[in-house]
Amino acid sequence: MIVPLAYFVIFKYIPIGNAVIAFKDYNVIQGPWGSDWVGFKNFELFFTNPVFGTLLENTFILAFYLVLASFPIPIILAIALNEIGNGWFKRTVQMVTYAPYFISTVVVISMTILVLSPQLGIVNDGLGLFGIAPINFLGDPNYFRHIYVWSDVWQTAGYSAVIYMAALAGIDPALHESAKIDGASRLQRIRHIDLPGIMPTAVIVLILGVGNLMAIGFEKAYLLQNDLNLAQSEIIPTYVYKTGLINADFSMATAVGLFNSVVNLCLLLLVNFAAKRITGNGLWR
Amino acid sequence: MSTLTMSALSRLRRNPAANKKVREPFGDRVFLIVITLMLAVLLALVLLPLIYIVASSFSSATAVSAGRVKLWPVEFSLDAYQAALSNPQVLKGYYNSLIYAVAGTLISVTLTVAIAYPLSRKRFFGRNVLMTALIFTMLFSGGLIPTYMVVQDLGMLNTRWALLIPNAIGVWQVIIARTFFVHSIPDDLYEAATLDGASELRFLRSVVLPLSKPLLAVLVLMYTIYQWNAYFDALVYLKDPDLYPLQIVLRNMLILNQRGVGAADVAQQMQQQQLANVLKYALIVVSSLPVLIIYPFIARHFTKGVLVGAVKG
Repeated sequence: MIVPLAYFVIFKYIPIGNAVIAFKDYNVIQGPWGSDWVGFKNFELFFTNPVFGTLLENTFILAFYLVLASFPIPIILAIALNEIGNGWFKRTVQMVTYAPYFISTVVVISMTILVLSPQLGIVNDGLGLFGIAPINFLGDPNYFRHIYVWSDVWQTAGYSAVIYMAALAGIDPALHESAKIDGASRLQRIRHIDLPGIMPTAVIVLILGVGNLMAIGFEKAYLLQNDLNLAQSEIIPTYVYKTGLINADFSMATAVGLFNSVVNLCLLLLVNFAAKRITGNGLWR
Repeated sequence: MSTLTMSALSRLRRNPAANKKVREPFGDRVFLIVITLMLAVLLALVLLPLIYIVASSFSSATAVSAGRVKLWPVEFSLDAYQAALSNPQVLKGYYNSLIYAVAGTLISVTLTVAIAYPLSRKRFFGRNVLMTALIFTMLFSGGLIPTYMVVQDLGMLNTRWALLIPNAIGVWQVIIARTFFVHSIPDDLYEAATLDGASELRFLRSVVLPLSKPLLAVLVLMYTIYQWNAYFDALVYLKDPDLYPLQIVLRNMLILNQRGVGAADVAQQMQQQQLANVLKYALIVVSSLPVLIIYPFIARHFTKGVLVGAVKG
């Protein structure tokens, strides 16, 4: 009990305290608390930095695109699986779509690069069948967001669908039976029984998605980055990493990271509030 | 006539699926076909890249480099696997990752149970405050650099500990474990045990843990997969290539295209280039193999874990 508590203090709360260096001119000798206060200087420098606009834009667009694309697909998948009844086909689809979730990010990105490769990849082979010349997907900044988002959907849709499948299984079968007797078609039953049934789950998933909006994967963005697509692939987390650990500007990187965390927390509270107002469901009651 | 209806009725009753087929209106059948087709397309979209990777890994280097491999191996060869499994970096990474996965899982599961169990007991003072404090860390964190400074101050930089300790406990896993304990270890059980003279620790060891095997299975799987697939901590905290887990080795070889010593003449270079290409496919397969092997267990237990966690606690 004491050990895990100490863990949370040391690795979660001390860092929050250390974040004061965002307001200081940090140097190693004086330590985080001894260094000189500089107020909001680091933040001002960041906000007036020409990269600020680009970073914010890249981060926001990528994050919203990701939430928008990865929200409906698992729901559609779950409902479709729910409709086709139990059989080998359902089990196969479930097993296969679930599997990519367990592949590591590094491997998924490597696969993406290989599959999209202009010389060898099967995607360009496929496009070739329609007479389209090979496209260098990774070298063009305009493709970065699509690659990021759709590789993510590819990896997580099956996993996310599981939660909705459980919610669908929890719907009282009597509702479907009586709707059937009243002559409701499958589509009508989906619309009037299934969708309202999974609504609470969907709202929570959406809130959590927005809550992670700004925390979007450093991992993937950094791995997919190259000099050619940097114009759209540089997002706040990758910028923090480079400023902090490669250029060793601790105070600046902390300030940027803190800005990100605060924006993220505000977004979460905002969405939670809105969801509560509109649907009556929230993260906490 | 009446016997015929009777037998048809009983058949329907025995087999609801047949029942559905008989009465399904035309529109619904069309709808079902559309859905099935859609799922088939999705299945293909998920499956094709995987098949392509596996097919390439079993093909000859020249066939892969010429782009002749589609969904079936061309000029079947195991060269890529031979190269992958004889690469010292890869072997070292495999070995390191095994250490991290085993040690990390052990530490993580122990700590998670140690904090989740008290938090699940009603008599534990201040448990709601503590739970809120834990969940808060999910929503807000000091950030990369402040955490890095802590790890640095503890002297963990560039040691194996840096991968095992800083992310040892997942709040999500604590929630799952706590929910499990709340629902499956009733307080009466504790009272009965204390009446029999069992201490708190004795109770945990001889009653709680044996009853929590499904939970432990979920936690072990979650943490093992996490450790096996993690690369970010290693990227941040490790400098020494001898400590690199497999994922970092993979990143260097697959994404950054780093290779061993370059060959002198052009022909040899060409050959090396081709081998390096096909090597990538084999590396992907080899590195994902352990996860693939335990996938059937995962599919069963992971789902349970996800669902337990999804219950609002």
